Amino acid sequence: MEEIPTSGPLVEMENVLVRRQYGVALRVSRLEVYEGETLAVVGPNGAGKSTLLLVLARLLKITSGEIYFKAKPLWEWNELEYRRSLGFVFQEALLLDMTVAENVALGLKFRGIPGVEVRARVERWLKALGIEALAERRAGQLSGGEAQRVSLARALALDPRLFLLDEPFSALDQPSRFHLIHDVAGLLKQDNRTTLFVTHDLNEAARLADRIAVFLSGKLQQVGTVEEVFRNPANERVRAFVSLRDR
Amino acid sequence: MSEIFQITTLSLQISICATLLSLLVGLPLGTWLGLGRFRGRAFLLSLINTGMALPPVVVGLLIAALLWRNGPLGEFQLIYTPVAIIMAQFLIAFPVVTGLTAAALGALDPRLQWQILGLGASRWQMIWILWREARLPLLAALMAGFGSVISEVGASMMVGGNIRGQTRVLTTAIVLETSKGEFGQAFALSALLLVITYLINLALTMIQQKNARQ
Repeated sequence: MEEIPTSGPLVEMENVLVRRQYGVALRVSRLEVYEGETLAVVGPNGAGKSTLLLVLARLLKITSGEIYFKAKPLWEWNELEYRRSLGFVFQEALLLDMTVAENVALGLKFRGIPGVEVRARVERWLKALGIEALAERRAGQLSGGEAQRVSLARALALDPRLFLLDEPFSALDQPSRFHLIHDVAGLLKQDNRTTLFVTHDLNEAARLADRIAVFLSGKLQQVGTVEEVFRNPANERVRAFVSLRDR
Repeated sequence: MSEIFQITTLSLQISICATLLSLLVGLPLGTWLGLGRFRGRAFLLSLINTGMALPPVVVGLLIAALLWRNGPLGEFQLIYTPVAIIMAQFLIAFPVVTGLTAAALGALDPRLQWQILGLGASRWQMIWILWREARLPLLAALMAGFGSVISEVGASMMVGGNIRGQTRVLTTAIVLETSKGEFGQAFALSALLLVITYLINLALTMIQQKNARQ
């Protein structure tokens, strides 16, 4: 049985609604993300999972409701200051046309961190992700798995208070995926980092998360520990979705 | 010989100046059009794209009307000066630079903006990184802008007047020599213009290819 986090929430969402051109993209009555926990956001395609992450990163505006970060409404935070407390990894690595080391250093340079510290942090995170040998390679010369490792190192080097991962493993082949999930699970546990990661793969969620939040058709249906949600789904739709998990 | 040197220098000074001015305006404007999502964007882009095909003689007419003695800017007495040619060439080059900048930035993965902001970039840092990312097509925009003005003749003739020692540039000199039947002179000046254009584009292409290889 997974341990339920006992510290207070880092993020709280209340009655959040996001409308986009095609209709309601996200509806969350209440969701809390606790300090140090890994919360998996699961659901099929079009469930609003990525919208949730974009909203939390202030890359997309909410239509109504309130989001709190460290008990302070999100809009009261300076946008740049807030975003600099995050790490964001997308499904595609989205690396820039520069070397691996330069990619990992990018966010640190945005923050004006001195060169010596940048080099130390880059070295540390390249090593942690097992890609130190690729430091001087150009981003375009990497495999999908290597590129995603660089993307993870780039975000983790920022030592984010809130780590947002949008299906970071879904574009990878099976062996790369297996090894990367294993490594990321170790890193998240080791650093006790507050993490929200989006996936449509329930096994991946069960492997990495302390709790899971199930989204269907843009609406948050249930939040709970992995065991709770799998054993006692809140409704028939959630039951049908979680039954897709490989046993 | 000294006259040819003077004409060549003036041609380069005018066209480089007009290209740099068009870069100064076209780069930010093209960035705004390429990355922005706002009402009227498609209309503005269509205007810029039309501007890319603006005939130099039409530009010459517009600038001449502005600078003519009785025109709105007539009091500055700029007609038949190098400044008038720079103004006309700027009007020719800036839609080219703007349109190609917008196209270059619009072709980047739109999620790249989110990713860069997600790494904690300020707006200016994000734009700088996007320019860096699109540096090859942006260099092509610069080359196209320069190419469009160094080779134009209509506007330079209309607003510059082809005055010997003052506003005569390579293209207007070629027209003059041809009209006098001095084909040898005209061919020599044409060859000079081609060599200069080639050398400048060679330098820019080498920078571009060096970046591409990296």
